[in-house]
Amino acid sequence: MTQPMHLPPAPHLPRFPLLLRALREPGAMGGFSERDWDLLLRQALASNLAATLCLLADEHGMLAALPARVQRRLGWARTVWQRHLQAVDLELGKIRHALGETGLPLILLKGTAYAAAGLPASAGRLFSDIDLLVPKERLPEVESALMLHGWAGSHHDDYDQRYYREWMHELPPLQHMRRASVIDVHHAILPETAAVRPDPARLRAAARAIPGRAGFHMLAPCDMVLHSAVHLFSEGEYHHGLRDLFDLHRLFCHFGADPGFWAALPGRARELELARPLCYALRYCTRLLGTPVPASVMEAARDGMPNPALLALMDGLFLRALQPPHPSCADAFDPAARAALYIRGNWLRMPPLMLSRHLFHKAFVSPKAEPAQ
Amino acid sequence: MLTVASLGERELRARLRGPGLRLQTGPFVTCVHSPLAPLAATLGTMYGDYPVLEEGALADFHVRLSGSTGLRRFLRPQVHFHYDGMAPFQPLPLDQAFPMFEWAMNWCVSSQANSWLVIHAAVIEKDGLAAILPAPPGSGKSTLCAALVNRGWRLLSDELTLVRLDDGKIDPLPRPVSLKNASIGIIRDYAPAAAFTRPVADTVKGTVAHMRASSDSVARAGQAAAPAWIVFPKWQAGAAAELTPVPQARAHMRLAENAFNYSLLGETGFHTVARLVDEVRTFDFHYSVLDDAIAVFERLLAERA
Repeated sequence: MTQPMHLPPAPHLPRFPLLLRALREPGAMGGFSERDWDLLLRQALASNLAATLCLLADEHGMLAALPARVQRRLGWARTVWQRHLQAVDLELGKIRHALGETGLPLILLKGTAYAAAGLPASAGRLFSDIDLLVPKERLPEVESALMLHGWAGSHHDDYDQRYYREWMHELPPLQHMRRASVIDVHHAILPETAAVRPDPARLRAAARAIPGRAGFHMLAPCDMVLHSAVHLFSEGEYHHGLRDLFDLHRLFCHFGADPGFWAALPGRARELELARPLCYALRYCTRLLGTPVPASVMEAARDGMPNPALLALMDGLFLRALQPPHPSCADAFDPAARAALYIRGNWLRMPPLMLSRHLFHKAFVSPKAEPAQ
Repeated sequence: MLTVASLGERELRARLRGPGLRLQTGPFVTCVHSPLAPLAATLGTMYGDYPVLEEGALADFHVRLSGSTGLRRFLRPQVHFHYDGMAPFQPLPLDQAFPMFEWAMNWCVSSQANSWLVIHAAVIEKDGLAAILPAPPGSGKSTLCAALVNRGWRLLSDELTLVRLDDGKIDPLPRPVSLKNASIGIIRDYAPAAAFTRPVADTVKGTVAHMRASSDSVARAGQAAAPAWIVFPKWQAGAAAELTPVPQARAHMRLAENAFNYSLLGETGFHTVARLVDEVRTFDFHYSVLDDAIAVFERLLAERA
């Protein structure tokens, strides 16, 4: 790369958890004591990153040198991930079979796309739903084809149906009756009711075929990064915050090997009205994970920067919510930060009046779920 | 070696309240936190012989059992189980703290320990040969297991059979044997010398009591055993003790149904079960009288010699 690299500032946070140190610099794992590992494994398990840690240690040639009990514990998580990949493979085959007749290019999103394309971001990553993007006008056809092949709608309540079909950017989740796999069929990447709605036609037009996966496509590199960013930074629930931030880190590192990617990214973000989430993605990736980003890109992404007061507030929230969700990484303000982001996540989803109606309905009208046994 | 008993009551309580008790059971280390004094006392008697590791040693599982807060402390108090900050189960009435501890320990292993094929089965050993007793609840598996371990067989586990993936041997996980309802009285009469917890009524499984694992089985927890028999037991009033061979393919399917991680292990799971079924003799077993049942197991052993 010819451009000078932007050097991430040294971590100045009072608490810099072991897990962040391991993700930033996997080589550091070689120097951890047994006591460190005891805590690191707990942080990784709570963040759903234990299999990722295992593969990182392996990739850096350190796995075999780790204490035997650490290897064993990491291996347990890797087994789950290997089985997960197998299940994803099987499901993709079934989906292609079910939707083949529609002739649509099936665009996979997020974790499903990383796994199908074998991107580094898929290493160790588990996900629960298969995410698919299709044109809005083809939704009925896609839904009925999936239903014919055994997937059934899960939200039968009239209100939930309206919530998804009128306001959201996806169908109510479809669950397979025998295998229990869940598909989220999207027609856009943000809700219909959100203030910002990147045009899905532009995303679809730039999508490309996934090599070796006939019939399946993924978003173009810039769009994939921007989707990951807008998803993470308009989320309401941050239990997977660090995992999703690490996705972004790995996407940046992988696609960043091509200078054309960095040159195009800020402009594409402006085009899709996603400059703000890109700014957050770059800011928190560089700060927490030391992601190498060219200085010119950091500069260009300043367009999306909020005013200093708002930025200070968002730092206070995100620098907490993006920590491992483990008691060892939480300070006194942690619950308040996560609660504030929950409200913000819903706020971004719909206008205030609609949101207050929605929350009222969910709290007082919707039937209560049965308590788990 | 440091054990729970050698810590003494005070230190045991202090560890449970403070940095955690790093308790070794078979191949696992669990860091246990709990401020509950009655639970500490029961742990002291049921786990006295078990090794304790020093603070800083790596634990596979971090669990906490705590009481209710606020008004709940006075009105129908409960015990809450937390797995390192997460609450996978609903709380239970406070007097079920020890049964909940045992169930939670089983859950830690059955949901995560993927370097073994984990079968829901009791397993016992004599002369280096192990008999696996898989069975659904209510079939009398624990009762039979408790009887056998009081008549010269070694307890490897009452609930979780750990089959190694590399060589098919069984790693012991000796812990207290869980007895339910009528079985409690039957085994108390059958083994008057054994130690039991106070029975706890009205659990999801009815009345539950635990029988302490023998010191010998705990001391030999590091000695693996070779599987020799799989016996699917079924207690039936008035039935003569009788073994019926089970065909291999059927035995494979039944083991798979009783394993927690058969499907998760994929191809390895299949090969592990296939090798196991190939190496052992497999039977359905009906019985009604414990002494007759034990005679059948001795006969199986004599046939192998």
